[in-house]
Amino acid sequence: MKFNFPFAPEEASTLAAQHDMVFYTITALTVFFTLAVALVVLVLVVRYRHGNKVDRSNLVHHSDKLEIAWSLPPLFLGLVVFFFGAQLYVAERVPPKNCYEVFVIGKQWMWHIQHPNGIRENNTLHIPVGKPVKLTMISQDVIHAFYIPEFRTQFYVVPGRYTQEWFQATQPGTYHMLCNLYCGTQHSEMGGTVVAMAPQDFAKWLQNGGDDGMPQTLEARGAEIFSRNACDNCHTGVSTERGPTLLGVAGSTQVLEDGTKAVADQNYLREAILHPSSKLVKGYPYGTMPEYAQQISEDDTLALIAYLKSISSITAQSQGQNVAAVQSGIVPAAPMVTKPRMADGALATEHFAKTSTVQEGNLAVGALATEKGDEYKK
Amino acid sequence: MSATIVKPAEPAAPKAAKNYLNAEHTLKSWLLTGDHKRIAILYLIGVSFFFLLGSIFAGLIRIELTSPTGVMLESETYNKVFTAHGLTMIFFFLVPSIPAVFGNFFIPIMIGARDLAFPRLNLLSWYVYMLGGFLFLCALVFGGVDTGWTFYTPLSSLYSNSQVTLAILGAFMAGMSSILTGVNFIATIHKMRAPGMTWFRLPLFVWAHYATALIMVLGTPVVAITLLLVLFERVFKIGIFSPELGGDPILFQHMFWFYSHPAVYIMILPGMGVQSELIAAFCRKKIFGYQFVAFSSLAIAALGFVVWGHHMFVSSESMYQGLVFSLISFIVAVPSAIKIFNWTATIYKGRVHLQTPMYYALSFMGLFTLGGLTGLYLSCLGTDVHLTNTYFVVAHFHYVMVGGGVTMFMGALHYWWPKMFGRMYSDSMGKISAILTFVGFNLTFFPQFVMGWMGMPRRYHYYYLTPEFQPYHIASTLGATVLGLGFLLPACYLTYSLIKGEAAPPNPWGAHGLEWDIPSPPPSHNFEEIPIVMDDVYDYPEDGSDDDTPIERTEKGLDPLPDEGGHHR
Repeated sequence: MKFNFPFAPEEASTLAAQHDMVFYTITALTVFFTLAVALVVLVLVVRYRHGNKVDRSNLVHHSDKLEIAWSLPPLFLGLVVFFFGAQLYVAERVPPKNCYEVFVIGKQWMWHIQHPNGIRENNTLHIPVGKPVKLTMISQDVIHAFYIPEFRTQFYVVPGRYTQEWFQATQPGTYHMLCNLYCGTQHSEMGGTVVAMAPQDFAKWLQNGGDDGMPQTLEARGAEIFSRNACDNCHTGVSTERGPTLLGVAGSTQVLEDGTKAVADQNYLREAILHPSSKLVKGYPYGTMPEYAQQISEDDTLALIAYLKSISSITAQSQGQNVAAVQSGIVPAAPMVTKPRMADGALATEHFAKTSTVQEGNLAVGALATEKGDEYKK
Repeated sequence: MSATIVKPAEPAAPKAAKNYLNAEHTLKSWLLTGDHKRIAILYLIGVSFFFLLGSIFAGLIRIELTSPTGVMLESETYNKVFTAHGLTMIFFFLVPSIPAVFGNFFIPIMIGARDLAFPRLNLLSWYVYMLGGFLFLCALVFGGVDTGWTFYTPLSSLYSNSQVTLAILGAFMAGMSSILTGVNFIATIHKMRAPGMTWFRLPLFVWAHYATALIMVLGTPVVAITLLLVLFERVFKIGIFSPELGGDPILFQHMFWFYSHPAVYIMILPGMGVQSELIAAFCRKKIFGYQFVAFSSLAIAALGFVVWGHHMFVSSESMYQGLVFSLISFIVAVPSAIKIFNWTATIYKGRVHLQTPMYYALSFMGLFTLGGLTGLYLSCLGTDVHLTNTYFVVAHFHYVMVGGGVTMFMGALHYWWPKMFGRMYSDSMGKISAILTFVGFNLTFFPQFVMGWMGMPRRYHYYYLTPEFQPYHIASTLGATVLGLGFLLPACYLTYSLIKGEAAPPNPWGAHGLEWDIPSPPPSHNFEEIPIVMDDVYDYPEDGSDDDTPIERTEKGLDPLPDEGGHHR
């Protein structure tokens, strides 16, 4: 058993120093007021102890002036602390523009990480030093919290919506990655390490494909999932009555059935994939697209969104299908060849109605890929 | 309140006069009583049982945490133990503790009434409380609950395989009981005050309970509804909080904290009321700034309803919401500070008697000040992002709930024990236990501030991911042992005093207030005739003439509204 007595956590992110400034300011106020109250109380108790012959004349029982005088300093100091705390909070919640984006999926009881180039990690997160990193996070089951004490950063990882958190590491090293919201039996074991690396080391690590060899990029995996689920039966290069084109959809403004407008951000896209009936785009009646919540996992959804973002710069034109976008080189070449084409709309609907085992039977490669995905879940 | 019709009882009368304790002896006379004092004793038995139970759970937690890989429990069991600790202590000890025991016993006496407004409702509230306790014990016996006392969804509604339904019903019943108590207090304080007992002659204990009762009546229904919704989702799979069923998990947190933050004030405001009584009685002086202290209780109750979002700064509530909740949270600090400053100012030029209850009062001053100030770290947005859900939060709310609430429960118990049971206990033993509690408490919870600041998450069974915290956990466990002694010792000498204790005079402390004008223990109907209140609250003579002499209260006259200056506001 090794005993060491640290008194303060390491400061390893750009915001840690600013955080600690606020922390130590409040500490100074706390120590001052606690000691002041304790000291005054003790002195008064000793001095006015029953039986002590001291001057007790001119008793005053109330004084509005005094009440106001001693209410103002706590109010004023409170507002000052509020101001600095609020400033820090805004900095903590609004990520800078040029972030390296990583996707985090929380599940009982592990963290699953996906890098944009397709590297996946479990309970370890590799990041570069000196570059802001943004985590886009979602939970597959209950609420978790992604907490790195050395970076002074934490945010809940909620099922059903994306949340985000950002930081910029300042020191290469390994740090704690902890789940900090009680999430069931093995909550205390849901954690691992954050490995902050010098930029050139990180670049090398990325190039070598992390620890498991060269992976598929996230967009490519998304394209594969897109075709495996036969999304392109209805979502082609042009909008038809069966479905709008998805070229350019990410980040666009959609007009909904009830006339309201919605920006197709990550949360919107996720809902549109998993629960398409909850927000209907104008012109597409209820039930046109089935629910995918049971078919597509959270990490596959992230890959799909990455794919949709990658084709967002292409606008819908002529009769060109998504395949055209792939051919033009803008979209990474996914293994589209494995995709079964369904000529008939009726057949396509049937295809959706069938169970996933049928799909897997048709799609040997896709089925394998799903299995591989499942392995990561375990 | 020196002027009452009641003649003083002869101190230590040899032949026991009829009082509420010996008026009737059958079990039935206790279980069907309408006497607020007997119901208070029933509550005292109930909350003491649950305090003991909750403390055993706390002990198990502390033993388990001496090693990063656990000592004797499985993770599943550990999770059930900390959930049981939280549920027991909050719903079955802290919320009812001071109001249902001391509020029940003393509010009617302090305002010169013979009972609460609705005696049968009062008895019903005890039965509902015990039924809730029974359901909760069933939940424990049939396997326990592992959701944490906060019942966060969707863990509680869809994922937990434990006895959530029973535990929720138990908490629901406990809430119902506190609504009944609250209604009773509000009606009593409005309608049952004796002639001459104006609002500004009410002891601050009564003011604090008035504010508490408002929160109980306005807040508790919300948590009751919320818990029922969790049950609907769990049992009938109706989607309310779980995204899988189309619900919103964050909605639960909003609804839960809408009650559970004001509930913090249900637990601390009565303690502040006790503190005002203790400081006045043992400094023989009127509380400085009486009206400010009285209204600060109401201010805390009102503001307490609009700060719940400070539990959710990193939950994905909007950033702008966070800003508003943080700002209001800082403003709540002001009425609390006003109280602390006024109590301190009361000691100035007082005549301080250092007896056991005053030891608890001084202990409260220190612990509550630190507990309140560490709340600043958590209402401050930027620092809360790092500290929330760590041991810093655990330390903070234990400083307020235990350092504030439980310390004042012990203070009230030692202050009013002679009145309630007519027996004196050993003052030196009392002082020793007060010191043990103070030292043990700080040793237990101060290291948790440091741990939390360095990033130790709460509700961790194993901490092999962060083994550097072991020394702090060991210190904390040592402190808990001392703290345990500080609670066990009073259990021994107070029980002993019931059998062998010296008979208590009507006013053993030389305190001022209607409860000290009637015999100890009080007769069944408190007052032979309803008293007429002639003098100001905490009206201690400035020359100290009352000190140390048994106070002879005499009839002064029948004019309920004296016309000398200084008695009216």
